[in-house]
Amino acid sequence: MAAPVLQIRDLRVEFRQKKDWREVVHGVSLDVGRGEVLALVGESGSGKSTIAMSIPGLLPRNGRNSGSIQLDGQELIGASPGTLRKIRGRQVAVIFQEPMRALNPVYTIGWQIREMLQAHQELSKEQARERAVELLKLVDIPEPERRVDSYPHQLSGGQRQRAMIAQALALDPQVLIADEPTTALDVTVQGEILELLHDLKGRIDASILLITHDMGVVADLADRIVVLKDGAIVEQGDAHQIFYDPQQPYTQSLLKAVLSLSLEPVAAELPAPEPAETPAFDLDHGVIEYPGGRGRKPFRAIDDVTLRLDAGQVMGLVGESGSGKSTIGRAAVGLLPLASGALRINGLDLVTADAGQLREARRQVAMVFQDAGASVNPRWPIGQAIAEPLQLHTDLDAAARDARVTELLDRVQLSRNLRNRFPHQLSGGQRQRVGIARALALQPSLLIVDEPTSALDVSVQEKVLELFAELQEEFGFACLFITHDLAVVEHVADRIAVLRHGKLVETGTTAEVLMSPQDSYTRRLIAAVPVPDPREQAQRRRQRRELLGEAS
Amino acid sequence: MSDELPTPTGVRPGGPDSGAEHELLDLVEENIEQATLWGEAWKTLRRNPMFLIGGVIAVLMTLIAVFPSLFAGGVDPRDCDLTDARQWPSAAHWFGTDLQGCDYYANVIHGARISLSIGLLSVVGTMVLAVILGTLAGYFGGLTDSLLSRFTDIFYGVPLLLGAMILLTVTEERSVFTVSLALSIFGWMTAMRLVRSSVITVKNADFVAAAQALAATTRQILTRHIMPNAISPVVSFMTIAMGGFIASEATLTFLGIGLQAPEISWGLQINVGQSRFSSAPYLVFFPALFLSLTVMAFMLMGDALRDALDPDRN
Repeated sequence: MAAPVLQIRDLRVEFRQKKDWREVVHGVSLDVGRGEVLALVGESGSGKSTIAMSIPGLLPRNGRNSGSIQLDGQELIGASPGTLRKIRGRQVAVIFQEPMRALNPVYTIGWQIREMLQAHQELSKEQARERAVELLKLVDIPEPERRVDSYPHQLSGGQRQRAMIAQALALDPQVLIADEPTTALDVTVQGEILELLHDLKGRIDASILLITHDMGVVADLADRIVVLKDGAIVEQGDAHQIFYDPQQPYTQSLLKAVLSLSLEPVAAELPAPEPAETPAFDLDHGVIEYPGGRGRKPFRAIDDVTLRLDAGQVMGLVGESGSGKSTIGRAAVGLLPLASGALRINGLDLVTADAGQLREARRQVAMVFQDAGASVNPRWPIGQAIAEPLQLHTDLDAAARDARVTELLDRVQLSRNLRNRFPHQLSGGQRQRVGIARALALQPSLLIVDEPTSALDVSVQEKVLELFAELQEEFGFACLFITHDLAVVEHVADRIAVLRHGKLVETGTTAEVLMSPQDSYTRRLIAAVPVPDPREQAQRRRQRRELLGEAS
Repeated sequence: MSDELPTPTGVRPGGPDSGAEHELLDLVEENIEQATLWGEAWKTLRRNPMFLIGGVIAVLMTLIAVFPSLFAGGVDPRDCDLTDARQWPSAAHWFGTDLQGCDYYANVIHGARISLSIGLLSVVGTMVLAVILGTLAGYFGGLTDSLLSRFTDIFYGVPLLLGAMILLTVTEERSVFTVSLALSIFGWMTAMRLVRSSVITVKNADFVAAAQALAATTRQILTRHIMPNAISPVVSFMTIAMGGFIASEATLTFLGIGLQAPEISWGLQINVGQSRFSSAPYLVFFPALFLSLTVMAFMLMGDALRDALDPDRN
């Protein structure tokens, strides 16, 4: 191998907390070869972003590092701020996770790319603009001459991320740091951006340092992989070696915990549950609108959707952002009214029910929110939060409520002495368990679960989903499982409903929808999911290209 | 963030997310008493030195206000001897004497009752108006918000002192109560804006939606979820505003529309003293010291309370 463009030796990063320095990266050494895509993989807290941000010297104020980072033979640790500033953008560029936040909303994207160019090069305004258009063309933004004068909010999420990439590429950097470049994007958009990065690999000579927790993205892009845990390297090697022959137990368990879309026929077809007389959840030609404000037309979030969920079944509600999947969930717990149509919970129509009936209906439906930390009052100890439904809907006295909370904590496998902790003192997985315990307090017959695991690390996600399946079996509640993650749905749901722009695209059993999707949107959605297997992913990419070629 | 936090027992066979630990702990632990928001807040407060210092001063000031003669050592503040006028502090007169030759220490002690009452009553009055109107405007939004906010703007247009002057000239009786009422009626607007904006921030939180989904009543949502989370900026503001109210009373009195002589208050003393500041600075110094101590006590307690109600701060 030729001399690596980036050589990190014994890198240590410490952060000051109060008066102590705490080391979070413990002597990491790695090389990035020219033109190579190196993926830094690990769960939250593994130090992957910290390592990457050490390279352009962008650690937070309370951080310091030691060791050696050599970029093309130039030592970066201990370099003066002036030297580092010259290196940023010109030699090392960063693509951030949230393009909406990383781009300044009051300037056009053309202005922002020009600013970057003119900071480092002697260019006239016209030359800079021309170069900006070229760059936008490079990242496949349609109509670059027009788009160069657009503001960030005028672009779609995928285009914003493309603009960010264009900006990062402006000065032909040697190293491109991509920090979770597709995490905030919808799966079909993610597919497009991955395609672009893949394509760019061949067209530019920059090395890419890819930071991600998504093994599917890694399988798609990476040449080599570094697996990190708690600030130290567990294992490194080329992509095939890590995926097909991992040596370390941690790597093996990490790969095992990743849910992948298997798309394999279910061994034994489940016996179809006899259609109950009254479905647990029945949306009949439902329309839900958000008021549009003075003089504007209301926004129709759900447009004539009919869905039926029988008692004890789990239905995966799948769609990309803006598809209206969360809107349906919110309507089911009575947070949003229907503009027309009917919504029946256990046979009771929420639209026509009186206040007393509604109150009773709410007992039957509970919701688990995406961000479990935000869905409980931050000033309440979690035991009190779990007891709240009991306090509102039952006559139990304080002692009986306490006993029930203890029981619920046991059921979700949380230690009893956590009841006096506050939400911020718990880990992500523990908080989600609190959310589930609270939802189960009244033994609902219908549970609405909104993206319960999307904020969790894979190993934690696996355990939470396991717990969920166990509880579902035990209590037999019906469940609307809202998610964008097809792999999760495949594991938990009996049926799937696919939504797009507020309309129902397709519905059927999980096997039907995933194995033989009828609608082209569903097919594209399934094709866009990257699977954590480099060989299979390469094949899927080819298939996806064909599919898109077909569509256009 | 790490997904594993050490448990209080220190044993961590497989981290909190493993079933093994849960079973282990079951054997050793009995049922644990449930903590509550206010219970935990009180536990934190009891250990907070700032709260204790503030509390001691506040209790002392309250005792002075309730039993002034006890602290004045039996000296009557109105038992004056003109021949002793404007004496500097001495062993006989600790704080000196004022223009009429009255013992200034006894005067300052006796001033506590009125100043403290006006400060507290005005703050309570302001809080009630601000919290009710601000919460309604912030939570319901839309037309309610527009109406209440414009109503607030109207009051903003009237300066505190001008408004209080007009109100007090038309009232027949001038007591601690009417003065506090006047100060509250023309002093609640900033606090209302603060309450309104923090309620707007809090009402969009998921935990409010969660409570709504549980069919909690509006009153329950407001009192249990929104107010405790929206109160901190208001508490800080009100503790500072208290000093302002006590001083405003002095201005009203100085203008001849506040309390009438022979009432005694710190505000009145500061006002009279400031014209003689170069020759007799102690006339301003002592009442101002008591006023500052009082305000500081409430600020310390207010800050401590705010922190105690916000477990995430540390």
